[in-house]
Amino acid sequence: MSATSQTTPSQTVGPYLHIGLPWDGGPYAADADAPNAFWIRGTVYDGEGTPVRDALIETWQADPDGRFNHPDDPRGAMTYPGFRGFARSDTRDGGAYAVRTLKPGVVPGPAGPQAPHIDVSVFARGMLHRVVTRIYFPEEVEANASDPVLSAITEEDARATLVATKADDGYTFDIRIQGGPTGRETVFFDI
Amino acid sequence: MAATPEHPPSPAGTTRTPNGLVVPGYQRDGRSHPPLDYPGYRSTSLRHPKQPLVLLPHMLTEVTNPVYGESAVRELDNDLTRQHEGEPLGQRIIVHGQVRDSGGSPVPHTLVEIWQANAGGRYRHVGDQWPSPLDPNFSGSGRTITDADGRYRFTTIQPGIYPWKNHANAWRPAHIHFSLFGQAFTQRLVTQMYFPQDPLFFQDPMWNSIPDAAARERLVARFDYENTEEEWALAYEWDIVLRGREQTPFEDEDEDDEA
Repeated sequence: MSATSQTTPSQTVGPYLHIGLPWDGGPYAADADAPNAFWIRGTVYDGEGTPVRDALIETWQADPDGRFNHPDDPRGAMTYPGFRGFARSDTRDGGAYAVRTLKPGVVPGPAGPQAPHIDVSVFARGMLHRVVTRIYFPEEVEANASDPVLSAITEEDARATLVATKADDGYTFDIRIQGGPTGRETVFFDI
Repeated sequence: MAATPEHPPSPAGTTRTPNGLVVPGYQRDGRSHPPLDYPGYRSTSLRHPKQPLVLLPHMLTEVTNPVYGESAVRELDNDLTRQHEGEPLGQRIIVHGQVRDSGGSPVPHTLVEIWQANAGGRYRHVGDQWPSPLDPNFSGSGRTITDADGRYRFTTIQPGIYPWKNHANAWRPAHIHFSLFGQAFTQRLVTQMYFPQDPLFFQDPMWNSIPDAAARERLVARFDYENTEEEWALAYEWDIVLRGREQTPFEDEDEDDEA
């Protein structure tokens, strides 16, 4: 038996996360000029519908072939040229975030394929621990219907909080940390 | 799409997808973390989900994470005292330690980011307006990558204590913010390192939000006399524990399901 120890507790990023976390190129999951790249933009809202200006969004996703550039992708993942899969945006701009990325491919899951999706972490002042959600794509009607995570959420308006909407330069995906005047609370996951 | 028989059995702590992919599982946390809703920390009230979290099985997206090479950090990024022309004011300190997972394995080559207030307890941030002076020689942020043994090291200055208006006469204990990626999305951690015997713990809601007293103590660095540098810097050692991989194999009940 190897020794096990308890994990280090989470704490909030606090209001001054901008000192340590944003970096040049942070909002780009792919090279800025990558073909077929698009923006995902959204606003983070609190329970009164006020935009949250001291939050941070991080996104993590597969490349357009559905692969991860990581040793634990057992397929011997390829690196899609110029693609990092990770983006980070703060919300200083009136509670708005923006990440520029490529559309992820279908990702295998334990019980079948998963619809294209992006994992999202939300950090903010006032949050002692990050929350996690997923972005799905509106045009993937069939894949979304059989996705094991999305389809397990039975309430239609709850499921809808995980599906982005089409925009001129990509997609819009707003995040409501708590339900309120601007709409239903985003579904968050226990990971 | 069923698993083909020629695949070897899944190692402990992994699960297998119908097309033969082997994916490690990660333990879920026990009682380490604070609740999202903690009234003593006022800002949680409008910023915690009210709906129950939905259990997300760990699949490829959750067991992978960005991998940063040494190129992600520059030479002086781990020395917050040498980022400007002059030296910052305050007591120079070395903060070092090992990043492990809860199974005891070191977490090598992972990005560690820190940010903190200056010696006077003021952040170099437009939102920080309390009347303690800014230090032109201190930005308060640093980055490093853990070595092959999971070790990190920063040189910085002792951060000051500051008031923050959460409640009457509220003061934050001295702390350094830490952000770690680990090797999986499930291991991502943002936390704060505190200093031994801080007299302000008793009134700090962020500290008190952690339900388990032993878990709180895991946020406190150890004063490390052995690694002080004579006539130069004090030293603190702080180990960080991220989630470990599952110790027991998943049941393979999903494996035979047709996709």
